This record gives sequence, C-alpha cells and structure tokens, in this order.
Amino acid sequence: MLQIPIWKRVLIWGLVVLGLLYAMPNLFYGRVETSNDAERAIVQQGSTPERAAEAGQWPDWLPSGLVNLGLDLRGGAHLLAEVQVEDVYEQRMDAYWPSVRDALRDARDEVGTIRRVETEPGVLRVRISRPEGMQQALQIVRDLAQPVSSVTGAVQDDITVAGQDDEIVVQLSEAERAATDDRTVRQSLEIVRRRIDEVGTREPNIQRQGEDRILIQVPGIGSAGELKDLIGTTAQLTFHPVEGRTQDAEANVGPGQDILPALNQEGLFYIVDGSPVVSGENLTDAQPSFDQNGRPAVNFRFNPQGARAFGDYTAENIGSPFAIVLDDEVISAPVIQDHIPGGSGIITGDFTVEESTELAVLLRAGALPAELSFLEERTVGPELGQDSIEAGRIACIVAFAAVLVFMGASYGLFGIFANIALLLNVGLLFGLLSAIGATLTLPGIAGIVLTIGMAVDANVLVFERIREEMRTARGPSRAIELGYERALSAIIDANITTLIIAVILFTMGSGPVRGFAVTLGFGIVTSIFTAIFVTRLLIVTWFERARPKTIEV
Amino acid sequence: MKRLKLVPETTNFDFFRYSRATLGGSIVAVLAALVLWLTVGLNFGIDFQGGTTIRTESTEAVDVGEYRDALQPLGLGDVAISEVFDPSFGPDENVAMIRIQAQEGQESVPADTVSEIETALQEVDPSVSFTSVESVGPKVSGELVETAFLAVGASLLAILIYIWLRFEWQFSVGAVAALFHDVILTIGIFSLLQIRFDLATIAALLTIVGYSINDTVVIFDRVRENLIKYKTKPLRDVMNLSVNETLARTVMTSGTTLIALIALLVLGGDVIRGFVFAITWGVIVGTYSSVYVAKNIVLLLGTKRDWSKPDKTGGNQFANVES
Repeated sequence: MLQIPIWKRVLIWGLVVLGLLYAMPNLFYGRVETSNDAERAIVQQGSTPERAAEAGQWPDWLPSGLVNLGLDLRGGAHLLAEVQVEDVYEQRMDAYWPSVRDALRDARDEVGTIRRVETEPGVLRVRISRPEGMQQALQIVRDLAQPVSSVTGAVQDDITVAGQDDEIVVQLSEAERAATDDRTVRQSLEIVRRRIDEVGTREPNIQRQGEDRILIQVPGIGSAGELKDLIGTTAQLTFHPVEGRTQDAEANVGPGQDILPALNQEGLFYIVDGSPVVSGENLTDAQPSFDQNGRPAVNFRFNPQGARAFGDYTAENIGSPFAIVLDDEVISAPVIQDHIPGGSGIITGDFTVEESTELAVLLRAGALPAELSFLEERTVGPELGQDSIEAGRIACIVAFAAVLVFMGASYGLFGIFANIALLLNVGLLFGLLSAIGATLTLPGIAGIVLTIGMAVDANVLVFERIREEMRTARGPSRAIELGYERALSAIIDANITTLIIAVILFTMGSGPVRGFAVTLGFGIVTSIFTAIFVTRLLIVTWFERARPKTIEV
Repeated sequence: MKRLKLVPETTNFDFFRYSRATLGGSIVAVLAALVLWLTVGLNFGIDFQGGTTIRTESTEAVDVGEYRDALQPLGLGDVAISEVFDPSFGPDENVAMIRIQAQEGQESVPADTVSEIETALQEVDPSVSFTSVESVGPKVSGELVETAFLAVGASLLAILIYIWLRFEWQFSVGAVAALFHDVILTIGIFSLLQIRFDLATIAALLTIVGYSINDTVVIFDRVRENLIKYKTKPLRDVMNLSVNETLARTVMTSGTTLIALIALLVLGGDVIRGFVFAITWGVIVGTYSSVYVAKNIVLLLGTKRDWSKPDKTGGNQFANVES
C-alpha cells in the first residue's frame, strides 16, 4: 500500500517551505538589495538614521540572500590580467647589486676592480679584473645568500652564483623564484583589491586564477578601460638620488643610471641613480594636504625600515637634490634641506587639489610590484544586461505556461500534480541559488528554461510507468507504487549522466558558462527531489483522501 | 476529459525496419558534417580566435559602409561589420556587431584600439553607444580552445565509463557513438550556417551530450529490464519492444523541452540565440540518435543475454530506495 510516514511528510514539506523562503527575497530584489547594502554600510562605516531606515526595509529574521546577477546581466567590466612576475626578478637583482658591490670592494686585493655588466633582465653579471680571484669572489657573493625553504621543504639559497670566465653570474634560485612569484601575485591581488575598494564599487569579484593571473570583475563600471585606469597599469613610487639634469632625452648616462622625464616641465630630464633609496612598498600612509605656501601637496609616512633608509640618506646628502618618481616620471626633485629622521615627508609639485587627492589614494593603495598585462577584457552596458533580463524573463514565463498547459492536457490531474511540482522546482532552484550566493548569468537563465523543459522528465517517466502498470497491476495503489519503484533506476541513471556533464562544465568553464553549469546542476537536484518526493507525496495525499477505485493517468 | 495523446497507448513500430537507411543516413550526415567542418570551417568567435567585438546601439539606422569607411584609416586588418535584427528591438534600436581580428604580434589586448574605434564611430554617428565590448588576447583564446576540447573529451569519457559500469560495454559504445553523432552534426550545422562558434557553443554541445545521454539511458534501462524479463526473445525484438514502451515518454519529454527552448529561441533575445539554437538542434538530433543510432550499434555488437544473476551491474538496484 501507499504509505509515507508522517516524519517524512513533515521533512519534505519543511524542505519545500525552507527553499521557498530562501527564494522569496528575489521577488523583492530592489528592496532587499538596498537593505543589504545599507546593512553592510552600517557594519563598515557606522549607523546613520538614513541607513537604518534603508536596512529596515527588509526584516532581519527573513533570509536576505539574493541570486547575484552576473556581469552580462547587470552590466560592468571583466578583466583578466597576467602579472609579469619576471619584473620582480629584475628589481631583486638591482637590489642585490649594492651589497654585492660593497662585499667585493672589501676584497679588492684578491678580485681587483669590479664592474656591473649589462645583460638580460633578472640576471646580475659582475666582471672582476682579476679572474684568478674568481673562487674567492664567488664565495663572497655566495655568503650573501639567504636561505629559503622550497615547496618540498628542502632549504635552498635564494640565489645561484656561477663563474663564467671573468664574470660572476647571479640569479634567483628556482625555489626563490617560485616563492617570489607567489608573493608578487598575492601582493598584486591585494593592491588591485584595495584600489577598487577605494572607489567603493559594489561587490567586485577579484580573484587569483591559476599561477599568475588575476580575474577582476566589477559590476556597474562603465568600461574595461575605466577599470584599467583605476587599477593603474603601474603606479610605482620610488625615491632616487639625482645625478644631474639634462635637456636631452638621449643623453649618455653611466651604468646603473636612468634618465627620467619631469612630470610637469616639458623637455626637462633628470639623470638618477637606478637603485632607489626607498620605494613605495615602505610607505604606510599618504594624505592630501597643503604645503606652507598653501599649495596642494601630499603628506606621506614610511614604515620603520623605510624611515631608517630615508633618514640615513637625508643625513648624508644634505644639500643635494632628490627625485620623487612615480611611474618613471619625476614628480618633483626637491633639495634635501635637513636630515629627516621621523620617516615622514611631504611631496610638493604643481598639483591641483584633485591631483593631490588622487596621488594620495594611489600611494596609499601601494604600488603594484609588477606590471599587469591584460589578456581578456569584456564590458557589458547596463542597458544590454537589462534587455537580456527582460527577454529571459518573458521567455521563462512563456516556456513555463506552455509546459504547464501541455502537461495538464496530457496527464489531467496527475499533470496538475506535476505542474505544482514544477512551480516548486523553480522556486527551490532559486532558493538554492540564493542560499549559496550563486551567480546568475544569461546562459544561466537558459539553463533555467532548459530545466523547466526537462524537469517534467522524471514525472513523465513515472506517469508513463504507472499507465503501463495499470494494465497489469492489481488496483491503482499498487500501480502507483510500482510505477515509482520501476521508474527510479531510469531516473537516477539519466540524471547522474547529466549531473556529470554539469560538473565538468563547472570545473572547466568560466564566467557565463559556469553560471549555466550551476543552474543546470542544481536544476537536476531540485527536479529529482520534486519528482521523487513532492509529486509522490501529492499523489499519495490525494489518493488517501479520494480513495478512487480506478485512476486515469 | 479528453487527453492529449501524442503517442497511442500501445505502439508496435519496427524501429529496425529501415535500419540500413537510418544508420546509413546518420553515417552520411556525420561524414558530410566532418567534410563541412574541414573545408568550410567554423565561424569562430573571439573566444577561440582572439580579437575584439563591439556591439553598437544607435537611434539612427546602421550604415555598414559608413562604419567601414570610418574604421578604414585605423588599419585594423580584417574588420567584419554586421547589423543585428531582433523582434524585441524597438524602432530606435539599431544594433550592429563589429568584429576586429587579433592584432599582429600583440599577446595581450591592445589598450588604445577600442577607444580609437569608439571615437571614429562616434564621429560618423554621434548617437551611437557601445553596449558591449569584448576583447580576448590570442594567448587566452588558445587556452580556451584547449579547455573546450578537453571538456568535450572528458564528458564523453566520463559517460563511456559510467554507462559501462551501469550496463555493458556494448551499451556504452552505442551511447558514446550516439553522442559523437550529435556533437558532430551540431558542429556541422554551425559550419553550414556559419553561426558564430564560441565558448557558449561548447557549453551548448555539452548540454546536448547531457540531454542525449539522458534519452539514451532511459531506453537502455528498459532494454536491460526486458532482457531479464524475456530471456529467449531475440535481441532485436527486445529492443523494439523497449523503444515502443518508452516512446510516449521520449516524445513527451522532447516535446516539453522543445516547447521551452523554442520560447527562449524566439523571445530570449539575440545575445543567446546561437547558444539556444545549438541546444534546440541538439535536442532534435539527440532524440533521433537515441532511437536510431545508439540502439543499432548495440544490436550490431550484441550483448550478453544472461542478466538473471542479480550481479552488481544488473537491474533496479535503486528500486528499493524508499520514499
């Protein structure tokens, strides 16, 4: 006989109610979104009466998770950036040079004079005038190495040192490269995140992808170009000793020196020492302010390490100019008036108030440790997204209505049960998507429509089976029971294969395709649940009340 | 109440009667699709080829020639401009798609190209706006092609294994042959009609694989059941019986799915039309292939007849799940 224990009935209806409760906020999308935003703002920036009123638009005790709209629906920009991790190798080698130079200089008697030789980036080549002292020179440089532990746990030096004729070749070791890469990407990720947060865009999605890539998705931004400007392809702040000035961009400079243009003075170039005294990484704070003449300026402060280096340098070089360089342009080159021990200072230039504010933001967010190159960029305008939502909504409703009519016409009362289950199915699907905070994309909407079409499959399998069993079984209750029992293996097999596909799509796809995999996969789960449990419960409940002698499926 | 019955209560079609014609037809179609694929080729989207697409929307009518002239001086190489029509567009909505090939020697996306194009077009038509701009560098597109092939391959392999575990190897070969048939025919129609083939199309292909296998498995499941029931009946008859028994379900499910898909195809807007078209086409060929391709191959290969032992691959192992 058809029997479902009471606890199971309670559980099934309980799950349905819970699912629908989670789906409900999506019906009031605008209101819930305002309320959620306000609540987030209260947590971050404190409460104001206005925010409290906005937050109160949706009761606390109700679920407030929403289905996130993908960029293709909401509009916004998507960037896939690759971090040029090799940039850092070069910086690291430049940073090594002064200590190598000083260490070898101390052993001048054995190795002779030393000179840095230009070579490919990421490699430090030093020529010594007495090749016979090579062994000792190598030993001296090797002693500078720091130990790093590699992935396997083995401890290695951070540099490899080799001798080639009269040259010492220094490079980062394998282990150090891997560690540096990882650090560089994580740093870049953090900086990109901070820069985007500074402008306060809602729900940006910034994540690492693979070894050296960063995926950046910002809803509501006008274009990918705008986003790129915001991230700033490079915003490196460094402080260099000034060696001279020139009008000639092609002027000859000594080894280790760079020639950089002045930001605000056309045709003026500074010759600076290539190794910075302090760089932006050591900056802890920057604020827009005004100098003693009331002109816009930026105040900055270094961390202790930066403060020490800056203090020492200023103490030793009073009276000489000093270049503040942003992105390879000299913002200003003030003359050091005095020893600056506290690690704070002021940058003046011909700034407007806006420029000084912007510069402070850029400095505060820190410099990107390496350049980003953009592999993929996509922008979708909000109007197009809105059109897509509208078209998707209409298509969903029409598909829904057509399937409901078709099922009702084909299976009568049982068709109506299946239709109730189908409505619940879509409700549960939305509930599940909201509960886990999944992202709905345009192909995702297609996935829902496909689910509407395919969800009836399990019911159809059962109903057709009941029809068949009616011909042989004794009585309708037995036929229903057998129908469910015998259709089950087909339902399970058929759906597991589709689920396998959804999982593969999810792991291999990205963006919109992933959104499709999510709705397809969850659609299968909810449709099996509604077909096997909900429809069955409906039929059994009806059967108990009506006690029909015969049924027509 | 009169019921809608697309398939009569009991049917007794002989699905193998024209097996030479149907299987032969399928083979010819697959070969034709392959030839088309190799000769005409696919109209790859920027996902797979790199490049930039710009969707423009303007209140003024689109003049493709004018757009082309405006972009000519930029020297962007191959530029394809086409107007887009959709019933959902209002009278003031004139939409065009501009596609620019990946620029020579640039690994990542050219930073200024897009803004140059936008400025040039705005000079021609000040009311033009750019509702979607997408750029994919050749590096990423190469990887996407690789991932796409992997995804399709992995799906076919996973299904081969699953069906093998749950049925017999002959069934799994039959099922995968049917899937192969569906995938190739879909690629063929994309090549024939030169519909844009992009990442979403791969998702559609996999969905087709999922749908078609669903259909095939339902029939196989019935074949397995009938093989246990009728131990001495010839395989051919058992299969025919099984297809007939499940015919009503096949038609119903394909029917509801197609209804939903056609609604989406007509009303869902032009952005996903290619995607929905692929799935719709796939549902049709997938339904056909489960009835005519998968089964024929199992019949050709034969299968074991002694399913009586309730071994681990047999029967309704899920049937005693209570509810």
